Amino acid sequence: MSNERRPRRKSRFHDERITLVHGAGGKASRNLVEAVFLEELANPLLDPLGDSALIEVGGTKLAFTTDAHVVQPLFFSGGDIGSLAVNGTVNDIAVAGARPIALSAAFVLEEGLPVADLRRVVASMAEAARQAGVVIAAGDTKVVERGRGDGLTVTTAAIGLVDDRVELGAEKVRAGDKVLVSGSLGDHGMAVMIARGNLELEVEISSDSASVFPLAESLFALGADLRWLRDPTRGGLATTLNELTEASGLCAVLEEKALPVHEQVAAACEILGLDPLYVANEGKLIAVVAADRAEEALALLRAQPLGAEAVIVGEIEPEPAGLVLLQTAFGGSRVVDMLTGDPLPRIC
Amino acid sequence: MRYIDEFRSGEIARALTSELADAMPPGRELALMEVCGGHTHAIYKHGIDELLPPGLELVHGPGCPVCVIPVGRVDDAVSLALEPNVIFTTFGDMMRVPGSKGSLLDARSRGADVRMVYSPLDALELARANPEREVVFFAIGFETTTPSTAITLLQARAQGVQNFTVFCNHVTIAPPLKAILDAPELRLDGLIAPGHVSAVIGSRPYDFIASEYARPVVVAGFEPLDILQSVLMLVRQLAAGRAEVENQYTRVVREQGNPRALEAIEQTMELRDSFEWRGLGSIPKSGLRLREEFADWDAERRYEVPGISVPDHKACQCGQVLRGLVKPWECKVFGTACTPERPIGTCMVSSEGACAAYYHYGRNRPKRVKIQT
Repeated sequence: MSNERRPRRKSRFHDERITLVHGAGGKASRNLVEAVFLEELANPLLDPLGDSALIEVGGTKLAFTTDAHVVQPLFFSGGDIGSLAVNGTVNDIAVAGARPIALSAAFVLEEGLPVADLRRVVASMAEAARQAGVVIAAGDTKVVERGRGDGLTVTTAAIGLVDDRVELGAEKVRAGDKVLVSGSLGDHGMAVMIARGNLELEVEISSDSASVFPLAESLFALGADLRWLRDPTRGGLATTLNELTEASGLCAVLEEKALPVHEQVAAACEILGLDPLYVANEGKLIAVVAADRAEEALALLRAQPLGAEAVIVGEIEPEPAGLVLLQTAFGGSRVVDMLTGDPLPRIC
Repeated sequence: MRYIDEFRSGEIARALTSELADAMPPGRELALMEVCGGHTHAIYKHGIDELLPPGLELVHGPGCPVCVIPVGRVDDAVSLALEPNVIFTTFGDMMRVPGSKGSLLDARSRGADVRMVYSPLDALELARANPEREVVFFAIGFETTTPSTAITLLQARAQGVQNFTVFCNHVTIAPPLKAILDAPELRLDGLIAPGHVSAVIGSRPYDFIASEYARPVVVAGFEPLDILQSVLMLVRQLAAGRAEVENQYTRVVREQGNPRALEAIEQTMELRDSFEWRGLGSIPKSGLRLREEFADWDAERRYEVPGISVPDHKACQCGQVLRGLVKPWECKVFGTACTPERPIGTCMVSSEGACAAYYHYGRNRPKRVKIQT
């Protein structure tokens, strides 16, 4: 978000080589971004490290974002790399408080990729773009040697038009505000994990990959009482809320009993020792709204097809600063930390 | 979710908590060790520690399979992973454990073919699918995971798979408990015994704790109500002056354990004379190696491994944490130099490590004063 100022500390980054942990969306990813990328590229548009940069051109406020998509397998229940690429990018624009206008897509294709697969991906992109109300206005294609491309990767960029009713940012969030999520948690991450096929779990879990713009737009009517929006992708709700509490210096308290998790996802997570709070979503919105508009916001979300399962999951408190806490259903409490490394199934 | 929600009921927890407060022997302070890292994790994840009455303290034990692997064995694993033509397979947690020259994850970024598997059978399958490669499985864990390695070895032999070996680091639970009970620095009043280890070995191997050390033991399940009920069972024994081995986890654990699992272990592995533990040093008859009949599948016989004992990082107090002497937050480097993303010690790496559990879940807790005896 444009005005979200992170405390810029001198990042310590001792890693000599990139490991997969740097890509998992948790602390290591952020350290990499701050210590390597911001170190050289710092500028007022990039520094806030929001989902989109906000650029003013001739009095018009634009949101601008880019996203690289690598997913294995390319096709999974509820989506594929094509729909994921479009929705993920559209969502980064939407949570900046903007209406997505146009996308670009660059494809790196690996020698040997079946054209039928590529057709399927592109058709899926077209459908996702149509549903999201955007066009894919520019593109590029490269082919790399076999073994150097992971089948297919897609890099997208998008611009959107900022809605002038809202101004979002972590610094707008106040103690007492309510935290809403638009629906069930962890569907996408589990669907992909299941589709990899090495877990031998027979469950029907579909990715939630979708454009959240209609959900976001419905909340724009709240004006300044809509404080902050995010789509909790890699690292899940936990990591996204930690970014909010760290940037705002406030605390978010979640109610475990209120968290919406579909039974199949909960069961799969239980078996694997994973926490749905950390599992990726691709079609959900987290919103922080003023307490006295929370019920109204809930009704607005629930009026949308994608928001039927929306709930208030917690609230913002002043202390302890920078932490996300969970009131457990059992009667205790705990910290909900940022994701560290990849979520790994437990050993025993 | 059925069979889960029943064991996480906040309502029953409140009832148990009040029974527990009533059962506490007046004027006594009790320290109970939860041996298993899975318990430590559940305690913090559900906030069970916050529900305990004053004067009752839970002390973390050594039962974290990743945590007890010493630096030297990690170095051996890295050396195996760097062998030409080897696919080195491991449980995910083990990849991030730092050795003296980096972790397996670091070895992978330098070109080693290190892969995460969910089961040793997956590693065997990988060997069959890649006959031109050599697959090594990094076997770690207590009696919970040992049977799956044993079964895999039996299958490897039955199927004649030659390009598969096991780097065996399996350990047994009773010897470190004896070492902890023998140590003069810590007074424990009772033990919460690990449920899944006990599913394999049964509850009899803990009899010596009751008979020789006069401490009560309760074998506990991993849901929060299991743990709370086990604590209540221990407190009731202590209040009545009893020291017995009781089984709370009756839906899983039998007194005699799992005879078929024990048989598979017996067929494939035997006790080493001695095995080095992180923090506990070398303990006689505490680790397993492959039997002579399985020499062909033994990575330590097929490859040269350094086999050097390497001391822990100077600042690391995992050893004391594993022995219950130091609480995670009392360690000098906890949360500063040692964090889950840049761990110095294993207790911060493993999802079952006490430091990781406390770091992830417990940082909102007021620092409690340790019961010193």
